[in-house]
Amino acid sequence: MSMPRLDSDDEIESLPPDIAKKARALLMSLVRPHSAMIIFLAVIVVLTAALMVIGPVFIADALDQGVPAAIDGDMGPLIRAVTFFVVSAVASAILAFTSTRLVGITAQKILFTLRERVFTHVQRLDLGYHEKSTSGRLVSRQTSDMESVQQFLSYSLFETALAVLQMLFIAVTLVVLDVPLAIVAFAGFVPLFFITKAAHSTQRSAYRRTRTSIAKVIVHFVETMGGIRAVQAYRRQPERRGTLSDQDARYRDANTDALRGVAWFAGWTRLIGNITQTVIIVVGAWLVIEGWTQIGVLAAFILYLRRFYGPLDELVQAFNLYQSASAALEKIAAVLDTDPEVVEPTQPKALPAHASGGAPPADNDAAPTRPATGRSLDLDGVRFAYADGPDVLPRFDLHIPAGQIVALVGATGAGKSTLVKLVTRFYDPSVGRITLDEVDLRDLDDGQLRSSVVMVTQESFLFAGTIADNIRIGNPGASDEAVVAAATAVGLDAYIRRLPEGYATDVKKRGGRLSSGQRQLVSFARVFLADPDVVVLDEATAHLDIPSERLVQNALATVLEGRTAIIIAHRLSTVEIADRVLVMESGRIIEDGTPDELISGTGKFAQLHQAWRDSLV
Amino acid sequence: MRPLLRFWPDLRSRIGVYVLVLVLTLLANGIQLIVPVITGHIVDGPIAHRDLSALWLPVLGVLLIGIAEAVGMWARRMVVAPVVSAWEVTWRSRLFDRLQYTSVAIHDSWESGQLLSRAVNDLSQLRRFFAFGLPFLLSTPIVLAVGTVMLVIMQPVFGLIMILMAVPAIIAVAVFEKHYRETSRRSQDTMGELTTDVEESIQGIRILKSFGRSPWAAERFSEISTRLKSLEVRKAKLDSWLWSVLLLLPTLAQAAIVAIGTWGVIEGWTTIGTVVAAVTISMVLRMPIEMLGFLLADALMALTAAGRYWEVIDIRHDITDTDGGVDDAPEVGRYRGRLRFDDVDFHFADTERLTLRGLDLTIEPGQTLALVGATGSGKTTLASLVPRLQDVSAGTVSIDEVDIRDMPVNELRHLVSVSFEDPILFSTSVAENVEMGAPGASEAEIWEALEIAAAKDFVSRLPEGLDTQVGEQGLSLSGGQRQRLALARAVIGRPRILVLDDPLSAVDVDTEDRVQRALREILPDSTTLIIAHRPSTAALADVVAVLDEGRIAALGTHEQLLESSKLYRELMGASANTAAHTHPGAAASATEGGTP
Repeated sequence: MSMPRLDSDDEIESLPPDIAKKARALLMSLVRPHSAMIIFLAVIVVLTAALMVIGPVFIADALDQGVPAAIDGDMGPLIRAVTFFVVSAVASAILAFTSTRLVGITAQKILFTLRERVFTHVQRLDLGYHEKSTSGRLVSRQTSDMESVQQFLSYSLFETALAVLQMLFIAVTLVVLDVPLAIVAFAGFVPLFFITKAAHSTQRSAYRRTRTSIAKVIVHFVETMGGIRAVQAYRRQPERRGTLSDQDARYRDANTDALRGVAWFAGWTRLIGNITQTVIIVVGAWLVIEGWTQIGVLAAFILYLRRFYGPLDELVQAFNLYQSASAALEKIAAVLDTDPEVVEPTQPKALPAHASGGAPPADNDAAPTRPATGRSLDLDGVRFAYADGPDVLPRFDLHIPAGQIVALVGATGAGKSTLVKLVTRFYDPSVGRITLDEVDLRDLDDGQLRSSVVMVTQESFLFAGTIADNIRIGNPGASDEAVVAAATAVGLDAYIRRLPEGYATDVKKRGGRLSSGQRQLVSFARVFLADPDVVVLDEATAHLDIPSERLVQNALATVLEGRTAIIIAHRLSTVEIADRVLVMESGRIIEDGTPDELISGTGKFAQLHQAWRDSLV
Repeated sequence: MRPLLRFWPDLRSRIGVYVLVLVLTLLANGIQLIVPVITGHIVDGPIAHRDLSALWLPVLGVLLIGIAEAVGMWARRMVVAPVVSAWEVTWRSRLFDRLQYTSVAIHDSWESGQLLSRAVNDLSQLRRFFAFGLPFLLSTPIVLAVGTVMLVIMQPVFGLIMILMAVPAIIAVAVFEKHYRETSRRSQDTMGELTTDVEESIQGIRILKSFGRSPWAAERFSEISTRLKSLEVRKAKLDSWLWSVLLLLPTLAQAAIVAIGTWGVIEGWTTIGTVVAAVTISMVLRMPIEMLGFLLADALMALTAAGRYWEVIDIRHDITDTDGGVDDAPEVGRYRGRLRFDDVDFHFADTERLTLRGLDLTIEPGQTLALVGATGSGKTTLASLVPRLQDVSAGTVSIDEVDIRDMPVNELRHLVSVSFEDPILFSTSVAENVEMGAPGASEAEIWEALEIAAAKDFVSRLPEGLDTQVGEQGLSLSGGQRQRLALARAVIGRPRILVLDDPLSAVDVDTEDRVQRALREILPDSTTLIIAHRPSTAALADVVAVLDEGRIAALGTHEQLLESSKLYRELMGASANTAAHTHPGAAASATEGGTP
């Protein structure tokens, strides 16, 4: 039989081989909590199917018995039959009403759970994963793939059960009516079985291709719209359009194949149903003529046969929605199946309480004036390499006492950023350990680690919402006054007040309205609210003009008082507030000392510092 | 209805195929009526008379019709599959292209997820509607009309019952339509919101992780996701009302036909045969009526999707060539590259407050001008006016005295090369990212550009050199590395005008110095506007302009300004310490605010 072939070289799936099993397991785990509801729905299915079979019987009864009786003057049978019919109709309507509602609610609950699960899992995945992945791919999991799952859950779970049950009822009826004819009728299922099997494999691969190709389209779309400034400035529109067409052509072909697969599957199913019907007529006629079967039985048989093969259309539809949904579930399962390499401890240790009897960070009054105690930070025999790359940090030992402000200096690629990513536990060291107040970072509860160590990076991402919301990322419980105080400390307050709605101004998409300098100031304001023990700044002042940087630095000098800090900056003005300077080269510390010591020396830092002095006025 | 009707030109272009689909759909409905009639004849005729010879013809008929039905069903789906799949893709490409030429300001006012959800979710909804919903929606009323007419012809009273039944059905549909349309719109908008949130939660993952705000993000997501859930549940509840009503009404009509029919038989104005026939017809009509509920819901969702699609397509393009379009590859004239801002005002669309006001500035061909100003003073806005990523609100920007709005947009963008403060890299190789600045550039030229941008060393150390793939936004590279690649892209075409927005903020001073000298040496003819924070950058420029309060507050060489402008000294960090001993008393004789 000729189902459409697919270009097998189209996609080499990078999914694990047992992904289909995992997708099924995922589906089961989603459905299981709703077993009670599913059982209840099953009862409704049985009742609905029964009413579907019974309803017409009352009508037939009314016509066959009721009307003649009524003509003879006896209204009883007619009234009874019509009443039963109306009652069954009302019951059907009530059942349909209930099932539609419950199926809708259950499907949405399942989807909700799945969305949440994917969301929190993606948040848990380590930075290493995110640096290799693109946002568009994960977005496609949460949107387009979810839509496939939703289609299946809302439109076919119930219908499938109903169709199967209806066929079962009719099958029983057929057997009761006439065994040899029933065998002929069931014989049609033999070719159907093989067709379904074939369709299963072609449809699965077609739907997998639609999922993979639409994800690529989404990735391309997200990237183009996110980089629209560069697209327009560099006149990339024709090229971007071309790429979209190529990717969309693949999606279109996959989709066409999938839909045509449905066409073949549905066509064959219907053909087999219809041929079986013809065969039944011929065989039945022969049986009747030979006297083995009653003519009335044959008539009833033919009538029921059509209703027997009728639900197959719905099953074909459901089968395809299922195939599409399971291709989507495979993609989702693959995300859920990825384990973060940076894992939270099962039995977290607590950080020692602050020596100064310091209260834990007060929630609503996180004014950056609290006398803080930093925490000591140690790297013991740390070695680190990204996945399969060479060592970035060959062997690293470092002790930073509590309250020390360390400036980290060195050329690009010296390993400064890697070092701070380890200290903030974006990555775990390949060998060795990093401790905060003697506690291994890997033993710390994530919540405690993050409230204790905070990093500000060069890129300052803004989330949809108001400016106040964005500053509050530092401490969601902060009062309005604390937000204003933080903004004032970094010199952002005056600007915000001039905005149309002040602190309530929506930053819109990716902070289109704030300059990059202002966005960095927002990042700083976050730190002011977060009130951590250890502050890590990775090129966090790069976009600021010198007066703003000064302002931030002065504010920092107050805030960092007593806290531990690691600061990476190419502008060596940072050094002014540092207690200690570390110069890194090729993953090693080559100079270590107080700023004054190093400046007055003849080493690398002295040179760098001189160059920087010269770059000033 | 209008948003759906606007797809008519697409429909018309494939009208032949679509009519075939309609005919096949109708045929399938018709066949369902014919086959029972023939089988009935077979049973009553040949079989009842035990006449085998008379059996073959009708059996052959049943077989042929059966095959025809299967083939018809197959053909309908085969024919419609490529058409609707192609439509979905075509619509997406139109949406994509509309957005590609939409100005940055308008882009900024849209949430990114709202665009994506339109391009993906809404279009697949439309595809499904045009593939299945519409043909059935068009054929169902025909079937219903034919059935009703048959009933009327048979016995007007029965026809009247069907028509009376239609009244509550229409009321139910009308009530449903209003609520469902509104809910569906809100649901699809919420889907867009959810998409935005997902996108942000991934793109901002570093912030979320470093502040430990994943729980906060999860709560935020949960709130949107809960809202989406309840809207979808509301849709299901509305569905449940409509579907049960549409299920109940035809059965009540059937009961009425039986009851009234019996009375008619007793009264003698109809016969039992007619009643039986009427019930049979009404039985056949039940299926399409029940299906109507589903079709209607589908149509309303498609209507919402179409509305959302056209909202994007209807975005007015405000930055275009003089003819209102945008030519992708216009002819590029020869310009010397004198860049002039003349009495330029600029304000964002949603505020009256001027970001730039009455700004005048001229950069001579080949000259390098450093633009300095406090954070938020409008430097980036000024830079974005040159390649017309935004348009001035008043005044003109001109190149060699030609208003840039009178040039084809892409001629201008060919002349002007920009590097942004947030370097934007695309997920492709390093080579392709750089080559974007000069399509067709040779490998040697790429290396040369990388050398100017001081990126040669690190690129040659990358695992696959020029062919190394850099991720979305080049996340696996450091900020300084991304900036240098973006800079290489800007300089590779040796553009007439170079606009560099703080291009090396994340690079050490040494490297910056090297880059600046290379720029001057290798691109001496390019007019350069460079936004700078560091004194060293400004010192290397031919002339420095200080932007303050939306206008040029001071203009001169680095040394001149250090002497004359207090603001400049502040910006360069010279007022507090250095200036005090280098130029004592200079502040007093400053010529503040002197616009040339």
